[in-house]
Amino acid sequence: MESSAKPGRSGAHSVDTGKQSVSRTRWEHIRKNSFLYLLLAPALLLTILFKYVPMYGAVIAFKDFSPIRGIMHSDWVGFKHFEKFLTSPNFEVIFMNTLKLSAFGLICGFPIPILLALMLNQVRRKGIKKNIQLFLYAPNFVSVIVIAGMLFIFLSPTGPINQIVSWISGQPLMFMTDPEYFRWVYILSDIWATAGWASIIYVAALANVDPELHNAASLDGASLLRRIWHIDLPTIKPIMAIVFILAAGGIMSIGFEKAYLLQTSMNLPSSEIIATYVYKIGLQSGDYAYSAAVGLFNSLINVILLLGVNFIVKKLNDNEGLY
Amino acid sequence: MIVKNSPFDRFLLVLNGLFLGLGVLIVVIPFGYIIAASFMDPTVLLNRGFSFQPADWSLEGYRKILGNEAMIRGFFNSILYATGFAVVTVLISICAGYALAEDTLVGRKWFMTLFIITLFFGGGLIPTYLLVRQLDLLNTPWALIIPGAVNVWNIILARTFFKGISKELKEAANVDGASEWTIFTRIVIPLSKPIMFVLALYAFVGQWNSYFDAMIYLDDPNLFPLQLVLRSILIQNQAAPGMIGDQQAMAELKKLSEMIKYSSIVISSLPLIVMYPFFQKYFEKGVMVGSLK
Repeated sequence: MESSAKPGRSGAHSVDTGKQSVSRTRWEHIRKNSFLYLLLAPALLLTILFKYVPMYGAVIAFKDFSPIRGIMHSDWVGFKHFEKFLTSPNFEVIFMNTLKLSAFGLICGFPIPILLALMLNQVRRKGIKKNIQLFLYAPNFVSVIVIAGMLFIFLSPTGPINQIVSWISGQPLMFMTDPEYFRWVYILSDIWATAGWASIIYVAALANVDPELHNAASLDGASLLRRIWHIDLPTIKPIMAIVFILAAGGIMSIGFEKAYLLQTSMNLPSSEIIATYVYKIGLQSGDYAYSAAVGLFNSLINVILLLGVNFIVKKLNDNEGLY
Repeated sequence: MIVKNSPFDRFLLVLNGLFLGLGVLIVVIPFGYIIAASFMDPTVLLNRGFSFQPADWSLEGYRKILGNEAMIRGFFNSILYATGFAVVTVLISICAGYALAEDTLVGRKWFMTLFIITLFFGGGLIPTYLLVRQLDLLNTPWALIIPGAVNVWNIILARTFFKGISKELKEAANVDGASEWTIFTRIVIPLSKPIMFVLALYAFVGQWNSYFDAMIYLDDPNLFPLQLVLRSILIQNQAAPGMIGDQQAMAELKKLSEMIKYSSIVISSLPLIVMYPFFQKYFEKGVMVGSLK
């Protein structure tokens, strides 16, 4: 992320050559700028406290947690909790549910914002474009509870969608209780809620395309689709790569919130994912150590996926990855 | 635009317009249905389904919701949490962003790395929960405000903003000989109003819509934010306590709970609906600066 020159630091180096005096000027520098450190302090302290301390606290996954003795003084048990999870009959179901939900979500959800942005880019009238965007962005600002609530209302056996379904096929579909449909309900509603907003970054990038390029291409006889393919798409390619890496890196960390809200006892066979499982065994049943191990396993897979996808995208994309 | 379109291209553009129109409809229809249904007579809605007969309109759902204590309390709790969260987040982001934008801050790169790592790695749900418990923040509003107050994207956003103005600031400071504190409060803060506004809005909306932190950190129903009250109505199908009297019949209860769902969705979304058109013009600005460094 940091790419600019560092005059502050190189300045300190150029004043003195001896190692000791460099560190002394550096300290002087820090003292002179103590106000800046004061400004930075709250963010730094809170980050260390609420991000780095829990990272250390994750050792609980390797211990037999006793509430009386606390995290630090509980006994080490090695990989016991991990083994328990990996060998439990739940493992395959939960793992595959998480993977499927995320992978399908990514495959279905990734191209649609790009398509939307390319389509919006073709709307020449600014006012109309702004109004369409106003509507398409709106679902992003609706709370996940409301979205889940609306799904229960619309997809209930007597709801408006099933009124149409039963009018056509004579039978309502059990959208919210049949495990068959859970994935589709989840993924399609996710696209409905986020695709518009996700397109904003591509729309903004496309606004930077020089219209002269399109003019020139058009004079050379390039059709609309050819111009989109050769001018618009290459413009947003770097952003596509970054968005894809980030999305793929988070492939296992599929949103707890909506999955949990949409869960019913009937659709559990396809709706139980790692995140909801961690919540249930950890905070509802109080098995902190085991639950933390499952969570850690999940993060580990995430990091591996992130690094792996970044590596592949870099190879395909002229060495342009996330880092 | 002098671009010449062939007949086939023009056909594609018309098709494009139609599909976008369809997209807008897919968004508008569900919301429109909820809003219209919230004004319907519950008996009619339950028996005959949705219709547009003028005689079926009723404000019964809103009367029930607005007379409900849990809902009202949740509403004010949410305003409190969202405002508190927005203020804390914006202050922290502005201060940190300003410091990190200055070339004279030794170790900027290390600090940035420290922040960015947290975007990809985390301790997870359980260790964070145990920490919050150990700090005695459970069942206090602080549990919803403090742990999430540092948002790395916001800091990057603020830092990018200050990179654009920080040179001129230093020059002005040299001329006037003003103290760092004076520069920060008199020049930097007033200049950064737009970015503070964007950050505050996103923080407010985010906190207004969230329920997970409240669900795990709060037990006391008096502290519940609106979204938790909403969850019991919408998802768990429980009318909030006190919403329906004991002596009322089951049919009445079912009818009302259906009714209350629609109006509670509308009421809970109202603040955002009102704010939405005002902050639309900041969307692209905020997202662009934030995502492209």
